[in-house]
Amino acid sequence: MALLEVEALTKSFGGVTAIADLGFEVPEGLVYSVIGPNGAGKTTLFNMLSGIYRPDEGSIRFMDQGVVVGRQPHQVAALGISRTFQNLQMFFNMSVLDNVMVGCHLRTRTGLFSAALRLPRIKREEMLSRQWAQEALAICNLDKFIGQEAGSLPYGVLKRLEIARALAVQPRLLLMDEPAAGLNDTETLEMRKLIRRICDSGITVLLVEHNMGLVMQVSDRVLVLDYGSRLAEGTPVEIQNDRRVIEAYLGGEVRYAL
Amino acid sequence: MKRLTGLLLLAVILLILPFLFPDNYYVTVVGVTALLHAVLAVSLNLLMGYAGQISLGHAAFFGIGAYTSAILTTRYGWDPWAAIMAGLALTGLVSFLVSRPILRLKGHYLAMATLGLGIIINIILVQGEQLTGGPDGLGGIPTLSLFGWAIDTDLRWYWAMGATMLGVVWLALNIIDSRSGRALRALHGSEVAAEMMGINTTAAKTGVFVLAALIASLAGALFCHQQSFISPDSFSFFFSIELVTMVVLGGMASTYGAVFGALILTFLPELLVVFEDFEVMIFGAILMLMMIFLPQGLFVGLQSFALRWLSRRRAAALHTAGD
Amino acid sequence: MFDQILQFLLTGITVGATYALVALGFAIIYNASDVVNFAQGEFVMMGAMSAIAMSAGDGLPIFLSLPLAVLVTIGVGILLQRFAIAPARGASVVTTIIITIGASIFLRGVALLLWGKSIFALPHFSGEQPIHIGKATLLPQNLWVMGGAALLVLGVHWFFNHTTHGKAILACSCNRTAAQLVGINVGMMMLIAYGLSAFLGAMAGILVTPITFTSYDAGVMLGLKGFSAAILGGFGNPMGAVAGGILLGLIESLAAGLISSGYKDAIGFIILLLVLFFRPSGLFGKATAERV
Repeated sequence: MALLEVEALTKSFGGVTAIADLGFEVPEGLVYSVIGPNGAGKTTLFNMLSGIYRPDEGSIRFMDQGVVVGRQPHQVAALGISRTFQNLQMFFNMSVLDNVMVGCHLRTRTGLFSAALRLPRIKREEMLSRQWAQEALAICNLDKFIGQEAGSLPYGVLKRLEIARALAVQPRLLLMDEPAAGLNDTETLEMRKLIRRICDSGITVLLVEHNMGLVMQVSDRVLVLDYGSRLAEGTPVEIQNDRRVIEAYLGGEVRYAL
Repeated sequence: MKRLTGLLLLAVILLILPFLFPDNYYVTVVGVTALLHAVLAVSLNLLMGYAGQISLGHAAFFGIGAYTSAILTTRYGWDPWAAIMAGLALTGLVSFLVSRPILRLKGHYLAMATLGLGIIINIILVQGEQLTGGPDGLGGIPTLSLFGWAIDTDLRWYWAMGATMLGVVWLALNIIDSRSGRALRALHGSEVAAEMMGINTTAAKTGVFVLAALIASLAGALFCHQQSFISPDSFSFFFSIELVTMVVLGGMASTYGAVFGALILTFLPELLVVFEDFEVMIFGAILMLMMIFLPQGLFVGLQSFALRWLSRRRAAALHTAGD
Repeated sequence: MFDQILQFLLTGITVGATYALVALGFAIIYNASDVVNFAQGEFVMMGAMSAIAMSAGDGLPIFLSLPLAVLVTIGVGILLQRFAIAPARGASVVTTIIITIGASIFLRGVALLLWGKSIFALPHFSGEQPIHIGKATLLPQNLWVMGGAALLVLGVHWFFNHTTHGKAILACSCNRTAAQLVGINVGMMMLIAYGLSAFLGAMAGILVTPITFTSYDAGVMLGLKGFSAAILGGFGNPMGAVAGGILLGLIESLAAGLISSGYKDAIGFIILLLVLFFRPSGLFGKATAERV
């Protein structure tokens, strides 16, 4: 049973079609990558999957019952979809721990007024949130940064902090938008292990990434986009040998990654 | 309990001041105004400093609270406490109704819209003469009494306002340090990311906007009963700007900073009076200079300076101990 | 009825022309430096007040005092940029708003110190003989305001579209770093933008003061109106700001005449709020999308 089913998805901006009649299925428990040249519509696809953009046409079904289209991002998050961003969207005005504790928002309940009066149940909830946040930070090897301000951290650490924050939501599906962009080789290797670890813990990962080496090593299946449509889909090996894919990439990158 | 050390310190200072300086104009008269301003600044800071939603019209809600209570007690003979409740209800309604369309705006547009709202409400206060008394104001507002204890002297108002201020600071500290407070700070940092964490940012913004308005409305009600006379001038665009300045001067996103900013901005004009004709000019110059050289705010600036100094001293002490 | 409306329209356009100049000043500074200059109204007051001060009593003849007053105001604008805005580069929106509010209070303080709280007027440029259009009347000074404003707007339009300096300022507003890389002296362009904006303010003040009079705090409301007009037209769009100014003037004049003079400002702001609610990018602005 597929976790995510996308059907006939279409989105255009002022006459320019970003995604055209796109359909694919993401089975549960895999690392599923979406690749394609710049401008192929990958980020647009992510923005529709997370409820930021509304598609012009088509449907997005999540876990059979959840219909994504028409929901606001916070409702999509409540369905069990979380994401990271291509250009960091960190809460720079907050500490590392607080950043990740924000991720526990959906797992806790108390509102503004009980918080204002510091009712007893707040204390328990705070403790739980802190514990969950620490767990998420530990998965991403960020324990040692816990007391620092997010604004003072280097780029590579922030990339992982975004993931920790998304994990704190306890999603069923994690959308990762270029997690390895701007990372050096050591950091990229660490990222690969982290993605695998996340997937092994039972969270399905949908990955957009430009680093072909990483994609081919970490993915179970790969979807290739070209001008917003599906060019090919299959296992990494199938994709690397697909003639149309090699042409679209001018024959270079994919072979090089082999 | 470390969380509330600052609050305790503040309470102790408030408690001993009247004994140190009995019958002092700067404690029981200017001081009460400063405490009132602190309440308003703390409420605005929740909205502006933490949630990042600028408002140049906060005085409007202060005005609605003041005028509702004043009108109901003087013209319709209501009990002051019932009138205050009515003021809160009206403020809650108005702020809730305008919050959705207004908080969809950002940056300069939000600044303009809140400014416009403030000016519109002020014009209504000036023009609605049958009810509000127009530009001449409204007098004869009765004072408050609490369980038979009439708040009818400057000193008693000092206690009442001091307790209110401590209560509001306590509320603010609690909120900031909670799930809702984190949601507010998060949407300040990045609205889309906050949404992706499952935060309904529209609801969160509305919540904090209404809460800040309610606190301002309560402050307005206390103000009208304390003054016994009010006029639209106290609720003008200038006062809104003054409140924003208090928040920024103290240091955005710091509750104690907002209190500090309110104290400074209340006492500064009192001190500048000695400069007579130069007062306005010097006030403007100080405002500019502080923002240019200490954009993070006085309180936050001084705080980080003190922390640096302390850690340097500690390092030096360790160094000598090591020798 | 028709004559009355004609009268309101004529008054509205005159007032609107002043708003348009203030709004244009707002837009120029906003475009060049991303700052909303709350001291814009004080430029108007400074221009008018210094002209009055210099020609008072046995002072300078008007044809000397007017240009000098404009120069003084331009100087104020340049000083403002150099000593208050430039040092705070990169500060947040709120911080810059408070700096310019501080500047406006400072300028009001200076005016209060120099000239006190009295209300002043400039003489009409060419007599006070009313001109009749149907049953509506118009003072020659109204024509001076409209004509002057029109010329200034055309001048600014020409400056930004046909001169190197104008285009350089636009380049700075699009991308500061790129402008610097192609050899534009960004600091200089900022000074020119603030100077130009102060110049427009001073001109507005000088043109309209014979009709409306002025005092040390006359700039406050004018500044707010200019800001509203700029937002109404679509912030950062200079010609939109001009259109917004005229529109706001017309709305206020019609509201004052047909509904209530006490509520005219409120009606102006209500319309502004409605525009913000339903078309946040202004009447003539383009919507922008946030990229994530």
